[in-house]
Amino acid sequence: MMRAESDPAIAVAGLTKRFGPEAAIEDVTFDVKSGEIFGLIGPDGAGKTTILRLISGVMAPDAGAVIVAGADVVAQPESVRDRVSYMPQRFGLYEDLTVDENIRFFAEVFAVPGRTREERAARLLSASGMMAFRKRLAGQLSGGMKQKLGLACALVHAPRIVLLDEPTTGVDPVSRREFWEILYGLRSQGVTMLISTAYFDEAERCDRLALLDSGRLRYCESPSSLRARMPGALLEVQTADAHAARAVVAGLSGVVSVLMVGEGLHVHADDAAAGPRIAQALDARQVAHGDIHQVTPGVEDLYVALLGSDASRGEASP
Amino acid sequence: MNAALPDAGAAIQVQHLCKRFGNFSAVSDVSFDVRPGEILGFLGPNGAGKSTIIRMLCGLLRPSSGRVLVAGVDVVRKPESVRRQIGYMSQKFSLYQDLTVEENLRFFGGVYGVRNAKLQERVRFALDMAGLGGRAGSLVSELASGWKQRLALGSAILHEPKVLFLDEPTSGVDPISRRRFWDLIHDLSAAAVTVIVSTHHMDEAAYCNRIALIDRGRLIALGSPKQLRERALSGQLLRVECGAPAAAQAALKSYGAARDVAIFGSTLHVLVDDAAVRAAPLEEFLRSHGLPEARALPIDPTLEDAFVELVREESAIVEASA
Amino acid sequence: MKPRRVAAIAVKELLQVWRDPRSLLMALLMPLMQMLLLGYGMNLDIKHVPTCLLDLESSQFSDSLAARFRSSEYFEIVGGLASQRDIPAAMDHSVCRMALVIPVDFSRQLNGAGHASVQAILDATDDNSASLAAAYANAVVSGFSADVQMDTARRYGSVVLNPPVQTQSRVWFNEDLASRNFIIPGVVALILALVGAQLSSLTVAREWERGTMEMLLATPVTRMELMIGKLAPYFLIGLLDAVFCLAFALLWFGVPFRGSVLTLLFTTSLFLVVVLGIGYFLSVSVRSQVGASQLALLLTIMPISLLSGYAFAIDQMPPVIQGITYVVYARYFVTILKALFLKGSGALALWAPILGLVIYAVAVLTLAARSFRRQLG
Repeated sequence: MMRAESDPAIAVAGLTKRFGPEAAIEDVTFDVKSGEIFGLIGPDGAGKTTILRLISGVMAPDAGAVIVAGADVVAQPESVRDRVSYMPQRFGLYEDLTVDENIRFFAEVFAVPGRTREERAARLLSASGMMAFRKRLAGQLSGGMKQKLGLACALVHAPRIVLLDEPTTGVDPVSRREFWEILYGLRSQGVTMLISTAYFDEAERCDRLALLDSGRLRYCESPSSLRARMPGALLEVQTADAHAARAVVAGLSGVVSVLMVGEGLHVHADDAAAGPRIAQALDARQVAHGDIHQVTPGVEDLYVALLGSDASRGEASP
Repeated sequence: MNAALPDAGAAIQVQHLCKRFGNFSAVSDVSFDVRPGEILGFLGPNGAGKSTIIRMLCGLLRPSSGRVLVAGVDVVRKPESVRRQIGYMSQKFSLYQDLTVEENLRFFGGVYGVRNAKLQERVRFALDMAGLGGRAGSLVSELASGWKQRLALGSAILHEPKVLFLDEPTSGVDPISRRRFWDLIHDLSAAAVTVIVSTHHMDEAAYCNRIALIDRGRLIALGSPKQLRERALSGQLLRVECGAPAAAQAALKSYGAARDVAIFGSTLHVLVDDAAVRAAPLEEFLRSHGLPEARALPIDPTLEDAFVELVREESAIVEASA
Repeated sequence: MKPRRVAAIAVKELLQVWRDPRSLLMALLMPLMQMLLLGYGMNLDIKHVPTCLLDLESSQFSDSLAARFRSSEYFEIVGGLASQRDIPAAMDHSVCRMALVIPVDFSRQLNGAGHASVQAILDATDDNSASLAAAYANAVVSGFSADVQMDTARRYGSVVLNPPVQTQSRVWFNEDLASRNFIIPGVVALILALVGAQLSSLTVAREWERGTMEMLLATPVTRMELMIGKLAPYFLIGLLDAVFCLAFALLWFGVPFRGSVLTLLFTTSLFLVVVLGIGYFLSVSVRSQVGASQLALLLTIMPISLLSGYAFAIDQMPPVIQGITYVVYARYFVTILKALFLKGSGALALWAPILGLVIYAVAVLTLAARSFRRQLG
């Protein structure tokens, strides 16, 4: 069957998986376009790892279809294994092997010819600044370096599709940024990437994203299009007395929610015009405040605003 | 009055703190004060010395030199007494999964020396705070993560500590629960409990009143999120949307006013001197270079931008002096 | 199946074993220690049984009898007793394990009635050696008895008659009757089973615990490739251990070896396959290293020590238990080993136990391969 370039690299339809009586994921449907970076965003337990396992063929679903690069993963899981690279949550490294031995192992398993392996390893490792560590045991690397090694091992056979399960959890922001620069480099070569994360700020870095909530997929679109859905505006109120300010602002009409942050309040209001009204109210109660201006909502703000009433379902019963 | 104390009202005072392991200097000359009720965030790369500093503040590690005062206690001289004044919460490791909610609370209360009527009162308080009043008899393993997190917080404050240390308290937790948790922290802060948060999570760092940036054992920046953002960038940011970020990046290489161009998802973040002024000309430039749909908007730098920039500056300084 | 992938897995496994001090210690040091411990520690022979003599007569005859016991290497007269009453105390305090009582009218009975009895009282808390001691005592006394007969006959001028039927026993294959010679081949089997099963029981469980199994499942590696790749290094280590133990048995303990080295290597390899297969199966079924290795211990030490025939003869066991031993894989190997060492049997003569091992090997490998589920939950 001829695949058109416009066919999605990954197509998931009606995917369901249960562990015991509860569904880990329920009726999940989405596409990942060829050459894009797609993010699965959600807290722990939302089903991110399960989805990635189902797509890589490591686990079989209870219902639904998964097509990867034209191959039916549910019917023939072994067919997808050399087209897709999967980096599981704990880096998938052998801690008692050196950096070189790890890369060699994965190269051999994917039948990468020796010379090609050498070239690719040199390129990947020097891009990650790891050339000096080739003989070091993987277990002795820092978290950021383990992550880069895990990625190098996942890329040594030049896969066209890469699945990454929370690759940046627990890694510091500088290493995280370097990691993303590597991913963007891959994207410019046409590699498709599906990446899961619980860091909502990372969601902004994806071409498109899917918000996961308790096993269900809500909203599958680009960050900017998601932002356009947010009703109202997000205003930042700078004040040193956040408690008092919140007490005043929360009761105002046109205010959806108030959040205390380090420098004051983030107010979700019906529209930006609420700014002056807020200032007035604060002044009337003599609560000192500074600037009030509109800020761009982050994906976490969007999550709370859009999923707020439903997500609090989880809050009702501990 | 002791002339050596610069701020007698400070909940935490750290003066010229140093820690060496053999030849390696893990922490060098760190000094800062924390007000009572302040929420201070500790940010830094792994291995930067964050946990070492926190351990010294908790009395778990002896400094090589320097002075640490926590809630009035000289930690170097009396490390055991400081432990009565501090609470520690690490979300992933605090609770016993196979004990009930109430059993956990009683255990931690007992460990901190809270007894009898006082223990009853504090357990009640913790249950109410966490919203677990009706589920005192449930096993912790049965709770959803947001609840566990609030319970862990409750366990850490049974003995009414003056200083609370939080280690990645909300990583992996859903945003609704996270906000509820931070509301509780703000309540504590209003009651003059000082809170120190160690995290990699930019979303969490935004909740802090001030942030201490640690890199290679040094305190390289200390200020509110706003101060850090303003200080870090030597310019302002424009977000460029155009549908072909790689092509736009290539085109901007020859555009002098674009000091730094970084890809961010399907957009570019471009550093210029004055965003309001440069936005329109930049759009023009891109449109004339094969990107007709290009749009440029001024945006605020994020805390992450500030962080990365400050660490890079510091590295440059360290390398220049080497 | 791609040999390249099998090789990659085998190399990785070897590197991991090499760098794990626990595994290395187990593979190299344990066999040596076991050989020494069991080889020297397990000794089913009895010699120099401490004996107390209660000679109530003190005559020439009784002295003669006592002298026989003294000169026998199986007994050692440690002292005399004054009366019957002293016997329980002597036994309780472990002064002696046997008390020889020569009655007060020993000579008179011999001369008069023509026969007399001597009493041997034995401490049978160790029932095995007590029976042996009793048998040896009987032999000594019979020898004495025969001599007395001959003497008496000569004195009375009768023709010395040779008893019409005499039993001449000759012990074949283990002439020294050294228990060590038949125990040590069994010890080799025990060691190989212990080491082999322990090492292989950790292998898959370790990958699960460390989180790398999930990664492997996402690669093109097949079940068979994984099993063969993972077991190959342990097979090599097992063979090395086997060669070492066997050489140790021959050179250090001096156990005779009369069979063919080729047959030995072949059957040892078969046994290793069985043992490794069992360990692998446990490793796949039990996802914790500690759990798998404990079960491996249980499935090796217990059946082999008691039911393989290495220390306790199978044909002395009750029929039901004998039936059970057919399921004990080590039974076949111990039979083969003893035959190779002591009898010098050829492979053809051993076709039955060899077939037993082959069937076992095939069954275990199939079970191990099948029980590995290629997908999660």
